[in-house]
Amino acid sequence: MSGETTPSQTVGPYFSIGFDWLNRSDLTHGASGGERVTIRGRILDGEGKPVPDACLELWQADTSGKYAQPENAKGKSQDQDFFGFGRIPTNEHGEFSFTTIKPGSVPGPDGCSQAPHIQITVFMRGLLRRLVTRLYFPDDAAHATDHVLNLVPAERRATLIARPVATEPQILEWDIRLQGKDETVFFDC
Amino acid sequence: MLRYRRPSPDTQPELLHPPYASSIKRAPTQPLIQLPHTISETTGPYFSRDVVPPKAFDLTRQHKGEPLGERIAVSGRLLDEDGRPVPHSLVEIWQANAAGRYLHKADQHDAPLDPNFTGMGQTLTDDEGCYRFVTIRPGAYPWRNHYNAWRPQHIHFSVFGPAFATRLVTQMYFPGDPLLAFDPIYNSVPVESARKRLISVFDWATTTPEIALGFRFDIVLRGRNATPMER
Repeated sequence: MSGETTPSQTVGPYFSIGFDWLNRSDLTHGASGGERVTIRGRILDGEGKPVPDACLELWQADTSGKYAQPENAKGKSQDQDFFGFGRIPTNEHGEFSFTTIKPGSVPGPDGCSQAPHIQITVFMRGLLRRLVTRLYFPDDAAHATDHVLNLVPAERRATLIARPVATEPQILEWDIRLQGKDETVFFDC
Repeated sequence: MLRYRRPSPDTQPELLHPPYASSIKRAPTQPLIQLPHTISETTGPYFSRDVVPPKAFDLTRQHKGEPLGERIAVSGRLLDEDGRPVPHSLVEIWQANAAGRYLHKADQHDAPLDPNFTGMGQTLTDDEGCYRFVTIRPGAYPWRNHYNAWRPQHIHFSVFGPAFATRLVTQMYFPGDPLLAFDPIYNSVPVESARKRLISVFDWATTTPEIALGFRFDIVLRGRNATPMER
């Protein structure tokens, strides 16, 4: 044993100095086919105020439900294959937006498959640890059998599911609420 | 099935820590839901060598001139809880300059910027999990969390490790800093032995004669659980 995990500390207010070089809001590079989708939203604090100094990190599978694996990535440049990683800061209005390929379903516990989802980490000043949540896609029959969604009280599940925009078929909206009514479901990862 | 161990009680900060004022309106109030470790949690981004500029480990060589301040080398190993090295992990750092000022528009502290210092670095750990940065010892700086509040000198660290589940952002502090006792961020970790792991150690082995003092900061990521039972 070398001891226990190093404690987390907040990213603080100035993380953009260290993070911006890896900002990545277009995840479609290297994708072979799949449904292109833009997801936009806001992060809101306990007073409903937008959070202008937050950052999302994304991790997702490709359209066939495969995560990029190190053994396939060695010796290649980063955009040769679908990478599945994103880093998106919020702007001064607390808004974020990213474009990706809708992931396929991936294996879940007990041999079931999981509904398509994107893994989300949230960093900001005021968070002593990262927050972890998931984004699911609207109108998916697989939600009913998704192991993780079924761990979430039914009345809170909607906070994890992006909403379609009537006039813009390739756009989804999804807000993150840190507190209050409709507080987003966060996970202990 | 690969799973990662959960932390022991009180070895990580609580999300709501009222002495740290910014946590009050931003920490979730509903209980977190324990996420089983599926392939979505046990995989993570693998950054190829071409992503990280080869000289990005040296924060003193990013401009025409040399930054002011005390040049230091910060190195250590990235390990998991079982002592296994974590190779080829992206490590990012950012920090204030020697005067305690960040190169950021939101930092209004009345201390000078240094035209030769950005305060950003990256590297990948080697096969033994080792990393090394060369930088300037950051200054302490005031913040408005409470009356006469000053942050202890620190360097922010961001580490990915092998999986989404191992992602960690933390801060490295310096030994003997009198401000640590008063810092609500450092003291947000309830167990003293756990928060002391955030303090680097002065290290002769990495101190370079005539060049730089050395500080060692090993970072431990979550260990793997061999059994399907969650702790």
